[in-house]
Amino acid sequence: MSSDILIVDNVTKRFGGLTANADISFSIKEGEIIGLIGPNGAGKSTLFNCISCFYNADGGRIVFKGQEITRKDPESICRMGIGRTFQIVRTFKDMNVLENIMIGAFLRNPKRKDAQARSEEVAGVFRFTDKLYLKATSLTISEQKRLEVARVFATGPKVMLLDEMMAGLNIHEIKESVELVLRLREMGITLVLVEHVMEGIMPIANRIVVLDYGEKIAEGTPDEVVNNEKVIEAYFGKKYAKRRENKTRIQ
Amino acid sequence: MKKGLFVFILFMCILAAVPLFLGDPFVCHILIMTMMYATMSIGWNVIGGYAGQVSFGNAAFFGVGAYTTAILLVNFSVNPWLGMLAGCVLSVGLAVVVGYPCFRLRGHYFAIATIAVGEIMVVIFTNWDYVGAAVGIYMPILEESFTNFEFHSSKIPYYYIILCMLVFAIAVSYIVEESRLGYYLRAIKDDPDGARSLGIDIQKYKMIAFSISAVLTSICGTFYGQYVLYIHPSSTMDLMMSIHLCIIALIGGIGKLFGPVIGAFVFIPLMELTRVYLGSEGQGIDMIIYSLLVIMIAIWRPQGLWALFSRGDK
Repeated sequence: MSSDILIVDNVTKRFGGLTANADISFSIKEGEIIGLIGPNGAGKSTLFNCISCFYNADGGRIVFKGQEITRKDPESICRMGIGRTFQIVRTFKDMNVLENIMIGAFLRNPKRKDAQARSEEVAGVFRFTDKLYLKATSLTISEQKRLEVARVFATGPKVMLLDEMMAGLNIHEIKESVELVLRLREMGITLVLVEHVMEGIMPIANRIVVLDYGEKIAEGTPDEVVNNEKVIEAYFGKKYAKRRENKTRIQ
Repeated sequence: MKKGLFVFILFMCILAAVPLFLGDPFVCHILIMTMMYATMSIGWNVIGGYAGQVSFGNAAFFGVGAYTTAILLVNFSVNPWLGMLAGCVLSVGLAVVVGYPCFRLRGHYFAIATIAVGEIMVVIFTNWDYVGAAVGIYMPILEESFTNFEFHSSKIPYYYIILCMLVFAIAVSYIVEESRLGYYLRAIKDDPDGARSLGIDIQKYKMIAFSISAVLTSICGTFYGQYVLYIHPSSTMDLMMSIHLCIIALIGGIGKLFGPVIGAFVFIPLMELTRVYLGSEGQGIDMIIYSLLVIMIAIWRPQGLWALFSRGDK
C-alpha cells in the first residue's frame, strides 16, 4: 500500500438527505492514469471536490503521500501537490493567456520575473507560445480547457484531477487531449480523469473506476469494466442488460 | 509603459510647479482636496479595484487616522507624525478585525457589511465623550513648522505634503500591481474558487489588500486633521465619503493604476466648484452633475475615463 500516492478510503459525502458519495474506496499508484466514469449524477464531481477539499467529506479518509488531507482546504491541497481543473471552464477572463498561467506559476515562483519565465516554458509545453497575449476569453473552448490544465500544471502538481477536459470537443481535439494526458504522465504526473468521452479515456487509462448513484459499482482495466454487467446496467438500463445477457447465453 | 512613466513624471512636475505660479488659496485648497481624495481612492482601489471587494466603509480608516492623531496630540502631546504612524497601526488593526469575518462574505454581502461597520464607527464616535462626541476635537494651535505638521500663514506646505503622499500612494499601488500580490488579487476578483484551486489563500491576500487600503486612507485622515485643525464624526467618517472614494475610482477606471487619480481630478474640482458657485441655489446640484457623469460613463466608457487616454496600451 505504501506505493499508493492517493488513497480514497470509505469516503462518504451527503447533501441533506442525498448521499452523493457512499463509502467509496480506491487507491492510485504513482504514474497511473485513472478514469472515473459513471452516468450523470453518479457523484464523480462530488468525489473530485472531496479530494481537492472544496468539500469536506462527511466520512472516510483521503490520504495523499501518507498524509491525511480529508479536512484540509483547497489552497493547502494545491500547495501539497494536487491540482484540479473544473468541469465548467474557469479561466480568468480579464487576463491574457500568459497571466493566467502566471497565477499558477506564482505558487512556486514568488518573484514576478521567475513566474513569467516559468510560465513561458509551460506555455511552450501546452502550445500557447504564439497566443501568450490573447485574452483568455478569445480562445476556443478546447483551448480554454487546455489553458486551465496549463495553469494547474504551472503550480507543479504531483497528481492532477481533470474534470471532463474532453467534453464538447471534436474528434481532432480529443486526440490532442489524449496526447497531452500521455505527455503529462511522461513528465511523472499521476492523473485522475472524470470523463464521459469513452474513446478518449478507454485507450489510455490504466484502470477505470465506475460510480453510479453515489456508489462504486466497478473497478478494473478498461476491458474488464466495459464487459461488467453492473456497468452496462448503469449505462443502458436493466432491460438492455438482461437482453444482452440472454443473447450471449444463446450464442 | 515607458510612455506612461513619462506622462506620470510630467504630470507630477506640473503639479509640483503649480504653487509657484498660482498663489490663490482657493485653487490651492481645491488641489489639496483633489490630491487627498486621489490618495484615498488609490487606497480604495487596492481592495475595491484590484481585489474586487467593494468597500463602503473606508471612511472609517480616515476617521481612525484623524482621531488617533488628534487624541494623541491633544491629550498626550504626541507629535502628529508619530500620531500618523499610530493611526496606521490602529487602522490596520481595524482592517484585520473587520476583514476576518467579512471576507467570508461574497459579492454584495461584503459591501453591505462594510456599510454597517462604517455606520457603527460614526455612532460610537458621536456618543463617546472621551473623543469629543458630536462636538469633535479642536487641534491645539502650535508653532508653525514641518515637525509640528501645522502651517497657518500658507497652504503651500500642506500642498507639498499631500503631493508626497499621493506619490507614495501611486508607488505603493504600482508595486502591488506589478507583484505577485496584484496578480493574485486580480485572480481573486475574477474567480475566487479558481484562485483557491491554484493554491491562493484568498482570505490572507484580501486581508493584506485591505490593510494597504487602510494605511493609505489613514494617513489622509491625519493630514485632514492637521489641515483643517478641527475634526468631528460627520466630517471624517461619513458614509458619503466612502461612496465618493468608490465613485472616483469608478469614474477614472476601476482596477487601473491611474484611474483614481484621473477620477479625483475630474470629480473633486467639479464637486468643490459646484458647491461654491451653486451652493446657494440649493444643495445637491453637484450631486446631480456627478450622477449624470456617472451615468454617462457607465453607458459610454464602462472602463472609466482612463480608457480615453490609453487606447494604444493593452
